[in-house]
Amino acid sequence: MTDVTRRAAITGIGATLGAAAFAKAMEPIQKFTADLSLDQFLQQHYRELTPDEIEKVLRRIEEETLRDRGARVSVADDRPIPGVQFGYALNLSVCNGCRKCAEACHQENNHDRPSNQSYIRVFEMAQGSLDFEHANTTYDHAVPAPGKYYMPVQCLQCDDAPCVAVCPVEATWKEEDGIVVIDYDWCIGCRYCEAACPYHARRFNWTKPEIEASEINPDQGYLSNRVRPQGVVEKCHFCLHRTRRGKLPACAEACPTGARVFGNLLDPESPIRWVLDNKRVFVLKEELGTRPRFFYFFD
Amino acid sequence: MAAQSPSLPIQDEDSHLVTYPRFLWECVKISFDGGPLFYAWMTALTAIALVGANAWANQMAEGMVLTNMTDHVSWGLYIANFTFGVGLAAGAVMMVIPAYLYDDREMHDVVIVGELLAISAIIVSLAFVIVDMGRPDRLWHMIPGIGRFHWPISMLTWDVIVLNGYLLLNLHITGYMVYSRFIGKPLNRRWYIPFVFLSVVWAISIHTVTAFLYTGLGSRPFWNDAIIAPRFIASAFVTGPAFLIVALRLIRRIANLSIPDGAIDTLTSILRVTVWINLFLLTSEVFTQFYTGGTHAAAARYLYLGIEGKTALVPWIWTAIGLNLAAAILLVTPASRERRQGVLLACVLTFAGVWIEKGMGMIVPAFVPSTMHELVEYVPSLTEWKLTAGIWAVGIGIFTVSVKISAHVLTGRSGLGKRKEF
Repeated sequence: MTDVTRRAAITGIGATLGAAAFAKAMEPIQKFTADLSLDQFLQQHYRELTPDEIEKVLRRIEEETLRDRGARVSVADDRPIPGVQFGYALNLSVCNGCRKCAEACHQENNHDRPSNQSYIRVFEMAQGSLDFEHANTTYDHAVPAPGKYYMPVQCLQCDDAPCVAVCPVEATWKEEDGIVVIDYDWCIGCRYCEAACPYHARRFNWTKPEIEASEINPDQGYLSNRVRPQGVVEKCHFCLHRTRRGKLPACAEACPTGARVFGNLLDPESPIRWVLDNKRVFVLKEELGTRPRFFYFFD
Repeated sequence: MAAQSPSLPIQDEDSHLVTYPRFLWECVKISFDGGPLFYAWMTALTAIALVGANAWANQMAEGMVLTNMTDHVSWGLYIANFTFGVGLAAGAVMMVIPAYLYDDREMHDVVIVGELLAISAIIVSLAFVIVDMGRPDRLWHMIPGIGRFHWPISMLTWDVIVLNGYLLLNLHITGYMVYSRFIGKPLNRRWYIPFVFLSVVWAISIHTVTAFLYTGLGSRPFWNDAIIAPRFIASAFVTGPAFLIVALRLIRRIANLSIPDGAIDTLTSILRVTVWINLFLLTSEVFTQFYTGGTHAAAARYLYLGIEGKTALVPWIWTAIGLNLAAAILLVTPASRERRQGVLLACVLTFAGVWIEKGMGMIVPAFVPSTMHELVEYVPSLTEWKLTAGIWAVGIGIFTVSVKISAHVLTGRSGLGKRKEF
């Protein structure tokens, strides 16, 4: 063998071994690609889908939920109701920190069970301070504790939402009724929104959510509580699959103290309007100019 | 120009269809051909890259849970390296500016090394963004026309434009130079000079836009600060020259490419100033944070001193400051500044120092305490370290191979027309 051909042969063997090693190294990714159907991969942005296409997508998600998780569910696509602008207010004098709202959210919205995920976190605040530096979300004792008050925080559905502005692919936007939603099938998982949100309202699916078939809430919405895919961001959506059908969000329904007031800001007879007209309300971090739709007040 | 054409082997423009594939094939051959040292080096880099590829495949399968990031610290080592990589790419312009704006002939001869560094560093940065994504299979959602590109509102879309633009600019400039030399055609200034000048402005833009990604967020007081873009540029002009001084010395020893002393001296002069500017900007930042105090300065307190016994970043940042200060002093101390080893040591120290300072020291504190003042710390996981090593191995491999190809062609060892002058 000449020196040149021997060299070529060695190079060839080296390149082949390298390619084989690369294929072996990448093998685990099959677990991810096996989960990904072509329809899913090619699916367009929610707002570009025709009614027929949406119908197909909803049925596909139902089939996938049945196949992957063994749960029979119905996924709806509830649209904003003209003449409705949702708003929320929370009475801090009444809230006792029981976290029933967080628990209701956990169940209603098919959250990951092992992480005990919820869109609501309740801060135990020091009496005499509104500074979260002196607050704590991991309290584990009888409530209400002396010298403390409680402030539940969830997505404030800002009118000038930084999360919406920063998203590079318009996977999150504000709907006509004021709810900021996410297309879980469009989000690329860059988490820029999570960095931009001043209220820690957004959550990322660090893993594929785990939930028993028997615990899955079958009453689902495309933009709300359907079981989320791995690797995308999610957040509170004011339970739009309930509220757009005239029901209360799960957290408001679960609250035993009556601290939560939810409703249509355009309806002069609504309790939320009464609160805004008669109480001295405030919003979190007003100085940032995000214009939240979620108000707090003391009696 | 036209008067010279009879001496050229290639005259017909259409023949690029023949010569360009031959050029690419030659590039492949050079990439796989070399001495024992080259093979050992590339095998080691490939092995590290494979470890990274395997870590990424596992991360895709199991989810980002394999990183130590959380909803509190939602960006970590990947975005830290992304930021640093963009700076390194921008810093390479410190060869282009002397070569073209100041007509430094000696720098001009080796300026291609800087441009190749820019290409490699941009590829590294883009790779770090991709591995940070939860759904890289949806990357196409960003492509204008097919996906929904949220331009001009999202700063991330600006970054996509400037980074890819910078990559293309440098690929064009270096590719045109090397290919022209390969076919033995003289360079047509119109085909590269405008692009070179554009690349100078563009280099500044990539790091400015990357800074704006962070500074535009009102939610993160640590980032919401006008000094970060200037700091990024200053530290880019530290890491670029530092890397290039070491690289040029290695190339001179290993590759058969003559590196003029003047080029290295110019880079050293630049570095001698930029390390101090970088430290000055850091001092300005630290003063403003600590003298004012309050909740706004909580992240800086966490970074430099630790809060409530949580001190994960304290050793990192003080190491960075120590390294940068040592390099800065080395570079101005008469005893060491004239010695080659002294300068080389300073380069290595400050490169590591800036890597920490604008990586972990810049990204992580913005999340600790989190926006609602919760203290959740972050230390990178093994998966994150493996992926980080893998991506840098790929980048260094690209740099090695591209320098090798350029050296081969520019010194006339490969090519169709064996013209000597260039």
